[in-house]
Amino acid sequence: MIAIVNYGSGNIQAIANIYKRASIPFLIASCPADLALADHIVLPGVGAFDQAMKELEKSGLRQAMDKAVLADKKPILGICVGMQILARTSEEGTASGLGWVNGLVKRFDLSALPDVAGVPHMGWNTVEPLRANPLFEGVDIDSEYYFLHSYYFCCDWPTDRLGVTMYGTSFASVVHRANIWGVQFHPEKSHDAGVRVLKNFAAVN
Amino acid sequence: MKNGGLIKTLRFENPKYVGDPINAVRIFNEKQADELVVLDIAATTRGLPPNYTMIQSLAAECRMPLCYGGGVKTLEQAVQIIRMGVEKVAISSLAVENPRLISEIATHVGSQSVVAVLDVRRDPRMGTYGVWTHNGARNTGKEAVIFARQLEDLGVGEIVINSIDRDGVMTGYDMDLTERIRKAVRVPMTVVGGAGSLCHLEELIRQFGVIGAGAGSLFVFKGVYRAVLINYPNRTDKTALCAAGLLKPPLVGDPSRFSTRAEA
Repeated sequence: MIAIVNYGSGNIQAIANIYKRASIPFLIASCPADLALADHIVLPGVGAFDQAMKELEKSGLRQAMDKAVLADKKPILGICVGMQILARTSEEGTASGLGWVNGLVKRFDLSALPDVAGVPHMGWNTVEPLRANPLFEGVDIDSEYYFLHSYYFCCDWPTDRLGVTMYGTSFASVVHRANIWGVQFHPEKSHDAGVRVLKNFAAVN
Repeated sequence: MKNGGLIKTLRFENPKYVGDPINAVRIFNEKQADELVVLDIAATTRGLPPNYTMIQSLAAECRMPLCYGGGVKTLEQAVQIIRMGVEKVAISSLAVENPRLISEIATHVGSQSVVAVLDVRRDPRMGTYGVWTHNGARNTGKEAVIFARQLEDLGVGEIVINSIDRDGVMTGYDMDLTERIRKAVRVPMTVVGGAGSLCHLEELIRQFGVIGAGAGSLFVFKGVYRAVLINYPNRTDKTALCAAGLLKPPLVGDPSRFSTRAEA
């Protein structure tokens, strides 16, 4: 059972739709009891880091999330800001992140390339997996995914970087540590490749 | 979109029904379109709020980024639209009526999610381009380039230039208009109005590099008799189109990741 965390941020319906079409059981998790029913967790997110953390705290799900992920070791997939809040902190704000994947979130600095690229990173781009992994099983290496973000994840440990994307700099677009995954792009808005990533996540253990 | 159905116009007139919005989204999903912009053109003229039921259905169905506009007048409406899973909210007449609200909306949802759609018509006497609202019925008196700069200062994340003169004509984009706006603002920009063939898209990308190429008629009509048939360039064609914008070795990986939008 996939729990899609409903804490006021992210495109829950699009993700739910994908799992519904794929006949993968899911629920929209709004309270701790919902999380307890799940064996996989999807943490969507759009908007600002501080706002996302604030909403998560307000939802009353924080403790249940810590337990599910850190104690029960349930697989979790953070999407976009949902991935960024896996970090300790972000340059975007002052709030502390979940701190589940060691790293900090930085703003793109493309001042050296004024005519070529701008912030946010908005559009379709590729992901280069750094090692074989179940999340990208069966996906074409030159698949494109939709990105929309101004900040990016800097991992403390290089081994936490699962996939990289080039935008002015090569940044970690996919992170993975133990049972925790994060994707900077929006799999729910990335056509077939994105759908595959979501399905693959449902199958990891 | 008008009254729950998709329509295509010619210079903003003679609306022709082209199909059901949800069905169109499904087809563009299949065609792996880069991005979809859905504008409810009756909302403002009829004084209606956004159609949340429709928006919810579109957002749940859409497998690519979605921008929705039409009748957005308040911060709450914009926030609600984003909350429903729409990536970007488009504002048009609001940009003219209450530009300060744009900054407020941008602060709440992030500037990347605020798109200003400017309906633009050439003024032959002045040789400039004016901004019109209410489906091209009301002249705001604002000049497009100046207004675009003001919107950029207000925090808008993207500007869509919609050429009323070229709408539905399929004879090519207004390159003069595009150039004027492009030289004036640095925010991401998309042009729509006039695309009649993939050559027009290529011409646009070749000249302007990183730019959004929007098309309506090109993606919904086929053939001389303009039969309704939703179509979209495949991956190979798209890559070739984007390659036209590659003038020098890539500085940011592969800059051929442009979005071509389908506006319906």
